[in-house]
Amino acid sequence: MATSNSTVRTLGALAGFVAAVGVLWWGLWFLRLPDGPERMIARIYRLVGADASASLVEQYGLTPITAKLIGAVVAIAVGVGGVWLLLITVNLLVDRLGQRFESIVRPWIFVLPALALLGFYLVYPAVRTITLSFTDRAEGTGFLENYRFAFTDPEMLTAMRNNVLWLVVGTTGAVVIGLLFATLVDRLRREALAKTFIFLPLAISMVGAAVIWRFVYYWRPPGEPQIGLLNGILDFFGKEPFSFFQTAPLNTFALIIIMIWLQTGFAMVILSAAIKGVPDELLEAARIDGASEPQVFARVIVPSIRGSIITVSTTVFIAILKVFDIVFVTTGGKFETDVIANRMFRELIRFRNAGRASALAVILLVAVIPIMVINIRNLRRQGVGA
Amino acid sequence: MTATTPMERARGANVGSGFWGRTSVRVTVVLIAALWSFPTVGLLISSIRSPNDIRGSGWWTTILHPFETTWTLANYTDVLSANGMFNAFMNSLIVSIPATIIPITLAAFAAYAFAWMRFPGRGVLFAVVVGLLVVPLQMALVPLLQAYNGLGMTGTFLGIWLAHTGFGLPLAIYLLYNYISQLPKDLFESAFIDGATHFTAFLRLVLPLSVPALASFAIFQFLWVWNDLLVALVFLGTDSEVAILTARLNELVGSRGEDWHLLTAGAFVTMLLPLGVFLALQRFFVRGLLAGSVKG
Amino acid sequence: MRKTRLIAMLAALAMLAAACANAPEGAEATDAPATTEAPSEAPETTEGTATETTEAMVPEGPYEFLARAQAGEFAGTSVEVLGQWVEAESDNFKASLQGFVDATGIEVTYEGITDYETVLTTRVDGGNAPDLAQVAQPGLMRTFASEGKLVKLSDWINMDQLSADYIQSFIDLGSSDGDLYGVFYKGDLKSIVWYPVQAFADAGYSVPSSWDDLVALSNQIVADGNGSPWCISIEHGDASGWVATDWLEDILLRTAPAETYDKWVTHEIAFNDPEVLEAAEYMKQIWFAPDFVYGGNTGINATFVGDTQTPMFDAEGPKCWMHKQAAWIPSFWPEGTVAGEDSSFFYFPPIEEEFGSPVLGGGDQFVMFNDRDEVRAVMEFLATPDAAKGWIEAGGFVSPNQSVPLDWYSTYPNDELASILQGASTFRFDASDTMPAEVGAGTFWTGMVDWVSANGDGAEDIFARIEDSWPTG
Repeated sequence: MATSNSTVRTLGALAGFVAAVGVLWWGLWFLRLPDGPERMIARIYRLVGADASASLVEQYGLTPITAKLIGAVVAIAVGVGGVWLLLITVNLLVDRLGQRFESIVRPWIFVLPALALLGFYLVYPAVRTITLSFTDRAEGTGFLENYRFAFTDPEMLTAMRNNVLWLVVGTTGAVVIGLLFATLVDRLRREALAKTFIFLPLAISMVGAAVIWRFVYYWRPPGEPQIGLLNGILDFFGKEPFSFFQTAPLNTFALIIIMIWLQTGFAMVILSAAIKGVPDELLEAARIDGASEPQVFARVIVPSIRGSIITVSTTVFIAILKVFDIVFVTTGGKFETDVIANRMFRELIRFRNAGRASALAVILLVAVIPIMVINIRNLRRQGVGA
Repeated sequence: MTATTPMERARGANVGSGFWGRTSVRVTVVLIAALWSFPTVGLLISSIRSPNDIRGSGWWTTILHPFETTWTLANYTDVLSANGMFNAFMNSLIVSIPATIIPITLAAFAAYAFAWMRFPGRGVLFAVVVGLLVVPLQMALVPLLQAYNGLGMTGTFLGIWLAHTGFGLPLAIYLLYNYISQLPKDLFESAFIDGATHFTAFLRLVLPLSVPALASFAIFQFLWVWNDLLVALVFLGTDSEVAILTARLNELVGSRGEDWHLLTAGAFVTMLLPLGVFLALQRFFVRGLLAGSVKG
Repeated sequence: MRKTRLIAMLAALAMLAAACANAPEGAEATDAPATTEAPSEAPETTEGTATETTEAMVPEGPYEFLARAQAGEFAGTSVEVLGQWVEAESDNFKASLQGFVDATGIEVTYEGITDYETVLTTRVDGGNAPDLAQVAQPGLMRTFASEGKLVKLSDWINMDQLSADYIQSFIDLGSSDGDLYGVFYKGDLKSIVWYPVQAFADAGYSVPSSWDDLVALSNQIVADGNGSPWCISIEHGDASGWVATDWLEDILLRTAPAETYDKWVTHEIAFNDPEVLEAAEYMKQIWFAPDFVYGGNTGINATFVGDTQTPMFDAEGPKCWMHKQAAWIPSFWPEGTVAGEDSSFFYFPPIEEEFGSPVLGGGDQFVMFNDRDEVRAVMEFLATPDAAKGWIEAGGFVSPNQSVPLDWYSTYPNDELASILQGASTFRFDASDTMPAEVGAGTFWTGMVDWVSANGDGAEDIFARIEDSWPTG
């Protein structure tokens, strides 16, 4: 009886799996049809016997809004439901394997979908980038020509110096302010509201952010009404307006402030979630021992969320390493504000020099290695691989 | 599992020590919040002024002299009444929702395996995954587009879901791993004793307990996909059947940016939904999910 | 947001120049290189093609694939066109194609995007190139051509007809290594200066007809206490600096033979050739003279290109009086100002008499990535005057096709541009768009910005640095 039960389950899982594949297949086919919603509705009408309505739909189609709504529902159902169905049925199938095989196969069922996509979308391009970085557009200049350029060109050296500034000031700024805010706001009654203010910048598209900061840094000749907030303040105190984007080296800091403004919300959200995970018992115990709030923060909260702080710092660090749109839309890297990623983008798209762009991308890849070492050490501490 | 702590709210007022401590906390919070929202307030005010006024005087002057500026909703009506806006909005939804949920699903499975399952190469694979965070998107576009053409995936929703999934996975796995690996060990031990498999433990224990982490990543991925322009333009195109909101808005300002005042309204229109998502998911950032279990 | 978009209108002017140029015969003598002058060649071609012009409009015209398409052979096929014209411009372009679509049954889908540069290059490299694409920089066209991405038009298109419809400059600008890859569709003229007509008259100023007049007028405005003579600014995000390159090019065309300009573009002479430095000296006389430019050199670098002219329309009278910019600039003026009434333009005057009245322009060409018969038909159609008609009527468009009948350009500012082009002696394409992008859209822009930051000092060093950046491959 146990066997037959097991056979039934296996068959059920198999049937589920086949059904999942079928649903996905049908859904993707449906989404590629320009008149998919019309066909589907007509089919449904016929199924319920409303042939007249079906012909009407076939003849005149649906209103564009209805068709779009139906398309959207199907797309979302297929995209989301399909993936879940597949994963669940595959796991049910694995349940049917013997225990020995199960423990070997299951981890791969869990990680393979992600690894496959990563391999295709990121590893393959990364390998190609590394190869490309050793090929130069001009013949016969040697396979390290792109790197020679990257480390000798004066504009590149400025970009590297700026990148270091961005990484140090930007990462510190975003993480420290994010942590401070997440801690302070943690037990306030209007916590959600307060967090929304810090989160707001994340929701704004880059083009929107460019306009926003134009209204902060914009310069008008003395005597004109200033429309940039900072110069408006200078004007109020009777000072000459200052051109923030054009004056090196201050302009780099003006740009970093934009990045901090954007990234603090990210740090705050993650760290806030982590702080909520610190068990109350630990906090209470510390308080009962007579620790002041700053002491609780330094001795209990920070150590407890150490992993999250490293995660957030790493993520912000990498985001800043890759930053280019802020520079691109404001100064375009002029006035000594260039950064590596912006230069990479211009080499790739505007100058069509894929080799040079690839070399710069590889430099970014290498720059992240020290951070990875810190992360892996931290994982070891937490017992990964044990 | 989700033992609520009744004392929670009561202790809420317990910030800082004494009146001055509490006040200084409040002042700091208000100060940072104000600093952070100033630029956005400027944008909001500018979005309801006429183009000439935007260029003629600072937005803050309208606060001091609210009757000396021409208030208008024209920027918004221009943006909302533009052709194809509804279609673009729906397309953005079609792209964003699966492109948020698929990576979370796959990443949660992977993060769980990295944290709690044993298999060869685990440490190396994980390091590689995190290292992939740094691969610049622009470098990936050309090889992927080449592959897409071969597979016939250009211009399909499936193509863009998977692209966003691929680009979002490293961060998703990294963030979720960070959370899931810190769940208390005893939870799993007792579950396994009760006969749970890794799959049931994942579904019944880890997913519910990881809601805050899942919610926070969902917010970021949704934002990213929703505000993305480049990936959509490359893999989906701008054909009005599939064009998304950001692509449509970008066109409104004209080829030379002559109607850039529309950007002010456009920025707010695109911001509303992500903000709603944030507010909706924020309530999952709750304390006490792990109450009663001391961290291992 | 980018320069490429800004330039889009220039090419049109060139064709106007050609079209209108039953030109002063005397001008021809001054202009040596056959490749570049608009007006000197124009008289013959215009006359010679009078009949062909009409032919191009009937189905059995000179273009094979167009004729077959009009006979309905390609009905039901579709062609994808990618460009950077959006909104109104996109509508105008589609309107121009509508007649063709109706007549042939070929479905032409046009996609206009603002993030054009990235998308086009990515799609081309990714093997998903559109059938036809608009390209504003001849430099980019040549890069695509040398990479083998483009369809060679000269293999099959009726070159005789093209030579009849286009001046040689445009054929050369669409060619790489002697083969034709691009057909010009839209043009723009940069050598014009906007001024407040009424205020000029009230103050008793007259339109300057020489460089000396121009400088004298500038001094006069300063002396009269009327504010700054010039509205100049170059801030354009990533593309900041291009306005300055246009100025330098326009001056160089007026202080050196056109051959020098050509050699400078192709790097047969150094970027920092003494002639170029001399042009920079002229530029300094206006750009960096005290009180000449509204906002001074900080203003030049910090003010958005679209806002340059706004102070001219100040309620209390112009705060700056002259603004050298192409004919699309009115779309940036404050609401309620009207081109031709509140401000009109005059021709940027000659400097050294012997070099006459050159015109600096730019323009958009179409290039072809996929070789199918119906795509060839669309390409051929784009080379005919009919393809321009819809947009010309919508306004703000000048076609480089000199067979476009002059009476199509009856409205402002097309008529005014036409009259300037009639007086022009030479046409040259924007050098920065023709040079390799590393220079033309890289170090040249950056160098100009740095030069402005230094308030005009150190031109030798800056130009030498740009010279060093010229790519070697």
